[in-house]
Amino acid sequence: MIEIKNIKKRFGANEVLKGISAKFEAGKTNLIIGTSGSGKTVTIKCMVGLYEVDSGEILYDGRNFSTMTLAERKVIRKEIGMLFQGGALFDSLNIEQNVMFPLNMFSTMTKKEKTDRVNFCLDRVNLSGKNKLSPSEISGGMKKRVGIARAIVMNPKYLFCDEPNSGLDPQTSLVVDQLIKEITQEFQITTIINTHDMNSVLEIGDHVVFLWKGLKDWEGSGREVLTATNPELNEFIFASKFLKEIKNRTF
Amino acid sequence: MFTTPLYHFGKYCLMLKSTFSLPENRGMYWRETLRQMVSMGIGSLGIVIVISFFLGAVTTVQTAYQLVSPIVPLYVVAEIVRDSSILELSVTVICLVLAGKIGSNLASELGTMRISEQIDALEIMGVNSKAYLILPKILGALIAIPALVVTSCFITILGGYTITFFGGVLTPEQFIYGLHDKFVPFNVTFSLIKAFTFGFVISSISCYCGYYTDGGAFEIGNSSTNAVVWSCIFILAFDFLLAKIILSV
Repeated sequence: MIEIKNIKKRFGANEVLKGISAKFEAGKTNLIIGTSGSGKTVTIKCMVGLYEVDSGEILYDGRNFSTMTLAERKVIRKEIGMLFQGGALFDSLNIEQNVMFPLNMFSTMTKKEKTDRVNFCLDRVNLSGKNKLSPSEISGGMKKRVGIARAIVMNPKYLFCDEPNSGLDPQTSLVVDQLIKEITQEFQITTIINTHDMNSVLEIGDHVVFLWKGLKDWEGSGREVLTATNPELNEFIFASKFLKEIKNRTF
Repeated sequence: MFTTPLYHFGKYCLMLKSTFSLPENRGMYWRETLRQMVSMGIGSLGIVIVISFFLGAVTTVQTAYQLVSPIVPLYVVAEIVRDSSILELSVTVICLVLAGKIGSNLASELGTMRISEQIDALEIMGVNSKAYLILPKILGALIAIPALVVTSCFITILGGYTITFFGGVLTPEQFIYGLHDKFVPFNVTFSLIKAFTFGFVISSISCYCGYYTDGGAFEIGNSSTNAVVWSCIFILAFDFLLAKIILSV
């Protein structure tokens, strides 16, 4: 489980996070949603240590990440997998080498064990046999799936996904979403997904946190967002006139 | 006025401190260093050969043109070509060219990795991204650039020698005699000291400019330009400093 307690982050005069607290449980897909500029990406980057919080606590199963030294953080970081918006695959390496990279860097496995593990992960994301392709030869959806394979190759306890559906068509988005959900449940990972995508919220949102202007404005399940009375959340979810009409008719 | 240079100098020193720390996996770093050496060394060999050959040929012709005197023997032209190529042309001029080629390459590579979040991905995996990305580039440059400079010295002199067959400037025998006459071996040592220094300057400054790129494609272009400009300025500054410190003694 990951818990954040009253985290604040400021960039110059702009206070992006104004004190956010939330709990993200293992085995559940936890979604952070909100409008652009609401602080979603900054929240995730603070949680993984790419940004330092100004105040507040980030607890990984009770271990306070925000007060740890760099050496102590390295231990936690080996338990973290992250899927980036663009995949963040290393251009100079092929798919197999990309997925194998964390194993080469940190594990003591034999070459065969590493290859078996990579093949298992690639198979898990439906990319068997694509080992030797380079990142420039594959589609956006495949890059995301390779990113997921690389993120899970070290058996992480915590998985962070930054806008996993951006730039993908609705069908491919669903495939990626389902994959993340299956992996989360199968390996009991604490998964936190930062997204704008309403399909994701409804399909895989076990726990949803809505951010509004740097504050947590609403919290609930993916299905509850449809019946929530929070005005900012409703404005975000039912942004189009068409959806507003449907909401008025249905609920 | 003075805070910005101090800020960058401090940040550059901190980058170097992180860069020269113990690697997580020596095998991975060694492979990356070899890759960088091949990329910088073999990748720049062609341009170094072409430029060096013409530098030698042009220096020979122009030196002979300026030394029109009955009391100066023609083989002195070869002495001047030899010393100027070892002391300056094959080191400083070639390193200025390499600052353009290697420097912009390093800065744009790291800049692209930064904006495409590849550096963030390394950090989250628990890899020291500065050490993994920058150390092999600096080590690669420290080996490849002196090797290119030595190659350039030979090719520059070869260019001068070749022109004696076609230009009618001086005879090949006079050129060979001049090459051996009053040769100071320390000049080669001095040239190598400069090559190592310039190799470090080019790689570390370019990596600094690339690693801290912030923004998009426009900023990558700026980082590449800054890498070349600052590398050239520091090459010339260290060229003067080393000559003053070592040759003035």
